[in-house]
Amino acid sequence: MRLPPRFVHVAMLGALWTVTLVAVAALIGIVGWVLAKGLPSVTPGFLFSMPQASGAEGGIASVIAGTLFIILGAVAIATPLGVGTAIYLVEYTRESWVTRVIRYGADCLAGIPSIIFGLFGYVFFVITLGFRWSILSGSLTLALMSLPTIIRTAEVALRSVPQGYREVSYALGSTRWQMVWRVVLPGALPGIVTGIVLAIGRSMSETAAVIFTAGTVLPDGIPHSLGASSRTLAVHFYLLATEGDPETQHTAFATAAFLVLAILVINVSAYTAMHRFLARFR
Amino acid sequence: MLEARNLKLWYGDFRALNGVSMSITPRAITAIIGPSGCGKSTLLRCFNRMNDLVEGSRVEGEILFEGQNIYGRRFDMTGLRKRVGMVFQRPNPFPLTVFDNVAYGPRIHGLASGDELRETVKKALQATLLWDELGDKLDAPALSLSAEQQQRLCISRLVAVAPDVLLMDEPCSALDPMATQNIEELMLELKKRYTIVIVTHNMQQAARVSDFTGFMLLGDLVEFGETQQVFTAPRDRRTEEYITGRYG
Repeated sequence: MRLPPRFVHVAMLGALWTVTLVAVAALIGIVGWVLAKGLPSVTPGFLFSMPQASGAEGGIASVIAGTLFIILGAVAIATPLGVGTAIYLVEYTRESWVTRVIRYGADCLAGIPSIIFGLFGYVFFVITLGFRWSILSGSLTLALMSLPTIIRTAEVALRSVPQGYREVSYALGSTRWQMVWRVVLPGALPGIVTGIVLAIGRSMSETAAVIFTAGTVLPDGIPHSLGASSRTLAVHFYLLATEGDPETQHTAFATAAFLVLAILVINVSAYTAMHRFLARFR
Repeated sequence: MLEARNLKLWYGDFRALNGVSMSITPRAITAIIGPSGCGKSTLLRCFNRMNDLVEGSRVEGEILFEGQNIYGRRFDMTGLRKRVGMVFQRPNPFPLTVFDNVAYGPRIHGLASGDELRETVKKALQATLLWDELGDKLDAPALSLSAEQQQRLCISRLVAVAPDVLLMDEPCSALDPMATQNIEELMLELKKRYTIVIVTHNMQQAARVSDFTGFMLLGDLVEFGETQQVFTAPRDRRTEEYITGRYG
C-alpha cells in the first residue's frame, strides 16, 4: 500500500514540528527552571559579598574571583598551545602520518571523560610537580581539557581561509610567517574565537576536573596567588546542592542561575564583538 | 631582463612544459596565448616560482633574471617575488580596507611607514587611476568595490612594492567588456614603467595590447615573435590555424 504523498508531507511536517518543539522546550525548560529558582536570590549583595557558614549564607564574591582566575589561566595557557598547534598543522606541514597522529590524538583527548583529566591533573600537577590544590593546577588541567576543542576549531577556521589569499601574499614576496600573521590569522579569527568561547563555557561548567586539582576549599577572601586553593562556581553549586540541607538550596540555585547567566553573557558578547570586527572588512 | 632557457616542468608524472625558451623584452607587453591546458599559466608561474607551491611539481632548465638563475641554489625567493609580481585571474583583494590592501607589500618589506606609507599608497592608487575614485574611501572594505576596481586595487597592491615585472594571469577573464577595455588601457599606461607578461585566452586582447606574442600548444612554445608578425604572418601552420579559429 502506498500512502498519498500529500498525507506523508503533512504528517512529516507535523512530526518534525513536534520533535523540534520537544527539543526546544527541554532546553528552555531547564534554563528557565534554574533561572526561576535562582534568579530572585541573585542580588548585588549576593554577588559582591564573601560566603559565610560554608556557603549557606553570605555571597559568592570569592568563588566568582576564583572561577575567573582559573578560567583566565586555562585560556591563557590553552590558546597559544592550541592555536599554535593548529597553525603548524595547517600552514607548516603537509599531510603525513605525523599530522594524522596529532589530529587523532586531539580527537581522542576530546572524548576522554573529564574526571580522567582531573585524576591526571591531581597525580601530575598537584602531587608530582607539587603545585598542590591550587588555581595553577586547576588552570593547567582545564587547559589540557580545552586543547582538543581549540585545536580542532582553529584548524577548521584556518583551512576555511581561501587559498587565494596565501598565494597573493607569497606572490607579493611575504615570508610564510608574515602570511600567517597578517592574512590567515585575521581571516580565521572568528572561528578561533568561537573555539575559545566554547572551551570557556565547558571549563566554567566543569566540576570533576577542578575538584581534584583546584580543590574544594571555600575561599573567605579574593584569592591572591596562583598557589591559592579555590572552588569554582560549578563546584560550589555541586557541593551546596548535594548537602541536602534546605538552607543551602537557595544559595545553590542562585549560584547556578548566575553561572548560566555568565556563560550566556560571555557567548553573546563574544559573538557581538566578532560581528563588529568583521563588519569593518565586509 | 627575463629569459627562460629550455624550461621543463612536471606535475608529478605529467609534463606540462617541454623545454620552453623565450626572452622577455623590458618595458614591453609580452602576451602568451594558446588553448586551455597548453601550459601558458604554468609558464607564467615559473617566472616568480609560484609553481613551487604545487605539491609534486619539478622544474628543469633555467630562468635568468638579470643574468641570475632563479632556480639556482640559494636564490632569494622573497626578493624575487618582490621584483616580479603577479596579478591573478580573479580579483583577490584581502578582506581588509583599501588602504591596508595597498599597504600590505610595503609593510611586509619594511619599505615605508607613516606619512611615507600614505604617499606610497597614494602613488600606487594613482598608477592604476583609482585615486580619484577611492582617494576619500581608503577605509572602505576592499571587498565592497566593483570587480574592476578590485582588479585595479590588486594591481595597485603590486605596484606599491615597486616591482620591475608584472605577471598577469588572465587579468580580465572575470571582468565585463567595459572593465576589460579599461584594464587594457591601464596596461598600456603601465608598460611605460614596467615589463609586463600577460597570459590570455583572448586573442583579440593579445593583438590589441601586446608587443610580442608567444603561442603555446601542449607544453610547447610553437611560435614567438612580434605581435604584428605572429598575427599577420605566422610562421607555423598550427599558429595560423589557432588564430584563424580553426581550433582552441
